[in-house]
Amino acid sequence: MPAFQHRHASHCESGVMAALVTHAGLPMSEPMAFGLASALAFAFIPIIKVGGQPLVAFRIIPRAIIRRLHSLLGLSLQAETFRVPARGAARLDALLGEGCLVGMQTSAFWLPYFPEDLRFHFNVHNVIAYGRDGEDYLLSDPVFEAPVRCPGPDLTRARFAKGLMAPKGLLYRIREAPREPRWAELLPKVIRRNCRSMLAPVPFAGAKGIRYLSRAVDRLDTGGDGAAARLFLGHLVRMQEEIGTGGAGFRFIYAAFLQEAAALAQRPALLSLADELVAIGDQWRELALASAMMIRGRQPLEPQRIAALLRIQADREETFFRTLRASV
Amino acid sequence: MNDAEVPQEGNATLGGGHKAVYARGGDGQVRLVTSAGWQVEEIVTRQALDTLAAQAEAARSRVLQGLSAPLEYHMYRSRMDLALLSQTTGIWRWRVRRHLRPAVFARLSARVLQRYADALGVTVDALREVAP
Repeated sequence: MPAFQHRHASHCESGVMAALVTHAGLPMSEPMAFGLASALAFAFIPIIKVGGQPLVAFRIIPRAIIRRLHSLLGLSLQAETFRVPARGAARLDALLGEGCLVGMQTSAFWLPYFPEDLRFHFNVHNVIAYGRDGEDYLLSDPVFEAPVRCPGPDLTRARFAKGLMAPKGLLYRIREAPREPRWAELLPKVIRRNCRSMLAPVPFAGAKGIRYLSRAVDRLDTGGDGAAARLFLGHLVRMQEEIGTGGAGFRFIYAAFLQEAAALAQRPALLSLADELVAIGDQWRELALASAMMIRGRQPLEPQRIAALLRIQADREETFFRTLRASV
Repeated sequence: MNDAEVPQEGNATLGGGHKAVYARGGDGQVRLVTSAGWQVEEIVTRQALDTLAAQAEAARSRVLQGLSAPLEYHMYRSRMDLALLSQTTGIWRWRVRRHLRPAVFARLSARVLQRYADALGVTVDALREVAP
């Protein structure tokens, strides 16, 4: 097997899966891994709190990219979790000893190579282990430019962090080279699946979810010093831009996927749709910028303006996914 | 976003690292571009960190006044809140809240203290104190 190549990626889970599938013998870009998993999503679920703020998600639930690629490509994926940390550490050593490339779920908070300012309790950060050098594990963390090193005890701690979506030491690897899928059949299928989730007939998901969020933003209390409203807007932008690449970022990844799909499935209609999606992503960035200016007090705090932008996004994405569905 | 518009103004919270983002090149292809960071992300990360730091500081002064247990300070210092500490330790939230009372905290068993210490990544001795 050829030596493993670290690749910088925009999002950890799609980056890890693209690298593992590529290494197993089927060259795959990060956008392709993301698109095949129909990973673009939106959800606003106020009753679930993250750090005291309502859950806002711009991508499908963590681990779903791994799961969906597994079933879609028939990957011979082996996944293991452990109850005892020592066993999980020993198993990782054994797999690395066999020369395997191992995907792992970790908590970003306990990874010492993370910049101090980005160490939040985020339990679903995916990285690849590709070797060991004395006490240090050699890791390929797709959101870092170069491979990194992590001491064993810290890695074990990160792999066995507790709480929401605890990793339980999850290890996964691909045992055999996947077969080249029939792109012309597969791609329309995964695109339709993504359209379905963005146009879902429930109030908290997809385009409707964005509208639901806009109503919540509209109602933000700006009384007093407006601290609560600022925190909410800041949380929204963090979920959008920072946590695993974010809303605009995910739209750009999906646009790259549509371009690749246009070539592989010979559907040139997807190219103009990719351009529209880039434009939608740009609007998300405008929204983040406007929110940040309000948080910093460089612009007056007017959540209604953000809410209006969100409504435009909801309409635009609804139209986009209807057109996309009709085109495949 | 075209590749010329990829933010390169820097983001101190990235610690000198770069992010990979997707942007459209001159040929219309969307591809990976390295970004030195975006001011918007720095603003919101800083806001979240400042909020946690302010909570830790408020807890510290409550501890020094004898109104709260050091556990509250260490909880915020480890960037957690009540819900997260409860999930991480597996101790019910109402019990954690009770353990934040100085009198209750002082009587906690070594085992419970160890559970908190493990979850917060500090030693039991450190857990009993706040930084001066």
